[in-house]
Amino acid sequence: MDEIDSHAQGDTRRDFLKKTSLFTALSLTPVTILKAADQKVDERFAELFEKIPLNFTVNNKAYQLNVEPRVTLLDLLREELHLTGTKKGCDHGQCGACTVHVDGKRVNSCLSLAVMNEGRNITTIEGLAKGDELHPMQRAFIKHDGFQCGYCTPGQIMSAVACIREGHANSKEEIREYMSGNICRCGAYPHIVEAIQEVKEKGGTI
Amino acid sequence: MINFQYLRTTAVKTALNLIVKDPKAVFIAGGTNLIDLMKRGVATPEKLIDINHLPLKDIELVNNVLQVGALTSNTALAEHITVKQQFPLLMLALQSGASAQLRNVATVGGNMMQRTRCGYFYDITMPCNKREPGSGCGAINGYNRMHAIFGTSESCIAVHPSDMCVALVALGAQVVILGHKGERKINFSDFHRLPGTTPETDNNLRKGELITKIQIPINGFNQNYHYLKVRDRSSYAFALVSVAAALIIKNGLISDARLAMGGVAHKPWRLTSSEDFLKGKAGTTANFEAAAQLAMKDAKSFGENDFKLKLAPNAIVEALTIAKSKS
Repeated sequence: MDEIDSHAQGDTRRDFLKKTSLFTALSLTPVTILKAADQKVDERFAELFEKIPLNFTVNNKAYQLNVEPRVTLLDLLREELHLTGTKKGCDHGQCGACTVHVDGKRVNSCLSLAVMNEGRNITTIEGLAKGDELHPMQRAFIKHDGFQCGYCTPGQIMSAVACIREGHANSKEEIREYMSGNICRCGAYPHIVEAIQEVKEKGGTI
Repeated sequence: MINFQYLRTTAVKTALNLIVKDPKAVFIAGGTNLIDLMKRGVATPEKLIDINHLPLKDIELVNNVLQVGALTSNTALAEHITVKQQFPLLMLALQSGASAQLRNVATVGGNMMQRTRCGYFYDITMPCNKREPGSGCGAINGYNRMHAIFGTSESCIAVHPSDMCVALVALGAQVVILGHKGERKINFSDFHRLPGTTPETDNNLRKGELITKIQIPINGFNQNYHYLKVRDRSSYAFALVSVAAALIIKNGLISDARLAMGGVAHKPWRLTSSEDFLKGKAGTTANFEAAAQLAMKDAKSFGENDFKLKLAPNAIVEALTIAKSKS
């Protein structure tokens, strides 16, 4: 307690807590927090309705943000970073429209709290192309007509790229199984499978 | 989603200290079930303790027992070389669950802790004794096509939705649990519980405890095995009925058998009487059918799920037949 008090000189208690990111749980569990501080473990505390810091990278751009704990990665991408390529379909992990890559792995961004992504590298559909040059999977979806309304397409493409990278695109059957987390209500599945097969067969790094 | 306090720690001891002091605090790992429940208002924790950074992700083989950290992702477990070679039944079960995206995030401990997918549990305008004790069970006389046929009570007929757990109960895994009083170990088959009069309690994990790992003994069930999952579409759906089957066949006779079912009870449902029946017998269709009939002894259906009384034994026979044919 002495150490914390000395740091807090000249500041209100709240200012101090914000600076240290050892937020308001002090008053709730003082013994634990002091012990944690002594052990120098990584602790982050946020009071109800209080924003907490989030540092992460999206499409190779570093962000330093403050977010409410309840904000999902999907809502943060769309509403605050204005990366609206990632779609909100069901918002319950059932449709795959919100699929992004987190540290190279495909995940449903609707079922991830933004604050749980501290320090991670996120890739969205906007990060796939190199400037004006579309990603091979994007080109293949256009060539094979892998969509009708297009709403599921960003999630399909992010999932398709991961499907090949994971090594699960070795047959039509395997592609169907490993793409089953992405629903297309227009029913473009046969063309999506063709697009993935073509990119896979062309080989190379994607 | 109502707001909540969010805490993160890298130390197991700190995580335990934080949760034991706060009855409205819960751990969050992958979050693929919990965040969904929070969005729907089914779960309303005041505090989330993010345990994703705890050092519980290692998988190692020690004295012929595979030790799996509770934060191992479902994908990492399914793709681990020892799981592929020694526990292909578990690999099949993991691969049949959820989607690639969800398996990348969902953890072993979280898979065990996931709640039922009963529609009445998820709809906060409906009665559900599991969500709101004493409010009644909407499913018993309602939409119960997905529901249990074994171990039900007047309070609850929900099923545990996991595939992974069905394989783990068949393989005789153990659960290692850490609390303030130290570590304890329980059989996987004793981890989940039946609903009885307290369906709000899914399992025997006590408040303030953390699953740290599961242990799976190498047991030779890696030749004749099958995980059969029957569902409404060919992928990415919960089981109507699933069967984990594994046999050890010596000189044409079954020397050991493991059988468990999913989608039929409030817990992964191990069929020990059927296993015992098969030991020492030939792997014939007649014996498989007799084992399946034994398994159905205390089955009870509720209307829409009457079909499970026929589907379940058929699935047992099919899973055993495929398992046997792998030799």
